[in-house]
Amino acid sequence: MQRLEQGEGESGRLSPILTVNNIEVVYDHVALVLKGVSLTVPERGVVALLGANGAGKTTALRAISNLLKGERGEVTKGSITFAGERVDRLTPNNLVRRGCIQVLEGRRCFGHLTIEENLLTGAYTRPDGAAAIRRDLDHIYETFPRLRQRRTSLAGYVSGGEQQMCAIGRALMSKPRMILLDEPSMGLAPQVVEEIFAIVRELNLREGVSFLLAEQNTRMALKYATYGYILETGRVVMDGPAEAMRENDDVKEFYIGRADAQGANFRNVKTYRRRKRWLS
Amino acid sequence: MAVFDPVKVAFFVEVLVSGLLSGILYALVALGFVLIFKASGVFNFAQGAMVLVAGLALVRTLNWLEAHLPFWLALLLALSFAGALMTGIAWAVERFVLRKLVNQTALALFMATIGITFVLEGLGQQIFGAQVYKLDIGLPRDNIFALESLFDGGILLNTLDLWSALLAAAIVGALAFFFQWTRTGRALRAVADDHSAAQSVGIPLTRVWFIVWVVAGLVAIAAAAVWGSKVGVQFSLVYVALKALPVIIVGGLTSVPGAILGGLLIGAGEKLAEVYLGPSLGGGIEHWFAYVVALVVLLVRPQGLFGDRIIERI
Repeated sequence: MQRLEQGEGESGRLSPILTVNNIEVVYDHVALVLKGVSLTVPERGVVALLGANGAGKTTALRAISNLLKGERGEVTKGSITFAGERVDRLTPNNLVRRGCIQVLEGRRCFGHLTIEENLLTGAYTRPDGAAAIRRDLDHIYETFPRLRQRRTSLAGYVSGGEQQMCAIGRALMSKPRMILLDEPSMGLAPQVVEEIFAIVRELNLREGVSFLLAEQNTRMALKYATYGYILETGRVVMDGPAEAMRENDDVKEFYIGRADAQGANFRNVKTYRRRKRWLS
Repeated sequence: MAVFDPVKVAFFVEVLVSGLLSGILYALVALGFVLIFKASGVFNFAQGAMVLVAGLALVRTLNWLEAHLPFWLALLLALSFAGALMTGIAWAVERFVLRKLVNQTALALFMATIGITFVLEGLGQQIFGAQVYKLDIGLPRDNIFALESLFDGGILLNTLDLWSALLAAAIVGALAFFFQWTRTGRALRAVADDHSAAQSVGIPLTRVWFIVWVVAGLVAIAAAAVWGSKVGVQFSLVYVALKALPVIIVGGLTSVPGAILGGLLIGAGEKLAEVYLGPSLGGGIEHWFAYVVALVVLLVRPQGLFGDRIIERI
């Protein structure tokens, strides 16, 4: 594994809200998908988890949020600590109560419920009363004005960007300290992606919500995150502060793409890729 | 030149109303199917057996308590006992069957409910007995003549059917309110839409399944109470559930109002068909008419009249 250092290590300086220590995930008792992944999200941090299709980003998030069981997966090794407490044996319900919630890949709004009902389902685990929930609902409409306009539409019929906002808003209704955001850019126009990421940053700065962000859109993720991890076939192959990663040649080569002469020839890129791998 | 012969119209209305009233009873059983299918995607073959067990529990405890207590208290206690039993069954089903089968195919779950059917039928009759028991929950059962001002002599109605219809309407109203306006109802609809998204926002699936099975159990008690009053509590109540199948196919598997309207359509349809088409087809068509209607609906509109269309954005 390669660790990029630049200035003070971002993850070492602040106390961590989430620590994943060397976890292995097995699907169906046979397929080893994560082979010892460790990562740390500092309190109030935005951390990007990068990598290609099938690298294990979604599996890592599901392992943290305890949603693996539904996919017949299992954490067989390692530990996960959230806010100083071991959480790897909790049900998703109990984890949400403790303030860690996942926004699933592909938005997954409840299509036959209205936007407002979708948002209200996010408040399911909250013990405080209807008045507090009402207040937070208003607050979310202020963050996402487009949702207010659409509040009575069925979620299945609104645009992809609005669905993504609805999914994030729904997660916010649980009053989380941390959101695991899986592939928020998927299937959205670049402009909308920019809008979503801007909201993520705003939520982070204004409300102090920490984010662990799984993304294939490396350029965008590294623009908004403070720290990044790159996964390849179930292993962390590189991590470091976002600005160091943005400047790193290998990251540029593999995940961002470069515009200079060297990469202009498609054949060169292909052979270069074949020769150089990060795999240990 | 009278186009409408008043006697014929009165007869038509009489057949129609009695058909609608029996349709509401079908709807009551169909509701149980719809509730469980909506919330867990499980087609619960055991609904008929649940009606049977609920009916047996109700009638046996009622008959036993009646001898010692005033009637209303005995009825109340018997209903509570049946409610407790159905809750226990719901708990056991969730704990020992559904929880083990999370994320299995719909077919596996369906087969599991067939297993539950056999267990419930066997245990129910083992514990409560297998004879035909007469159930009287205090509903009036005289025949009355209604609409006498409109038709000469009025039309013949059974008050038991009328009361059953009122009961069914009350239950449907309560369920609609529960699903639309309560936090738990909203969670149930969320689970029906997307299991894992519901789980991701912290809705516990196991508790949701327990709740729908309890609600379906309570609906089964209501169905058992009215069907039992009508035909006696006996094993053939299981076959009432078969009549509910065309009802949910017509109404749509996922719609509570659909179950009601489907029940009314099937009930009225089969009575009218029996009376007006029956003679030319040799009679007895009441028994298969509903299934033919269901077949036609499947061909023309597979999701049923009110079933959810599958929303898909492209």
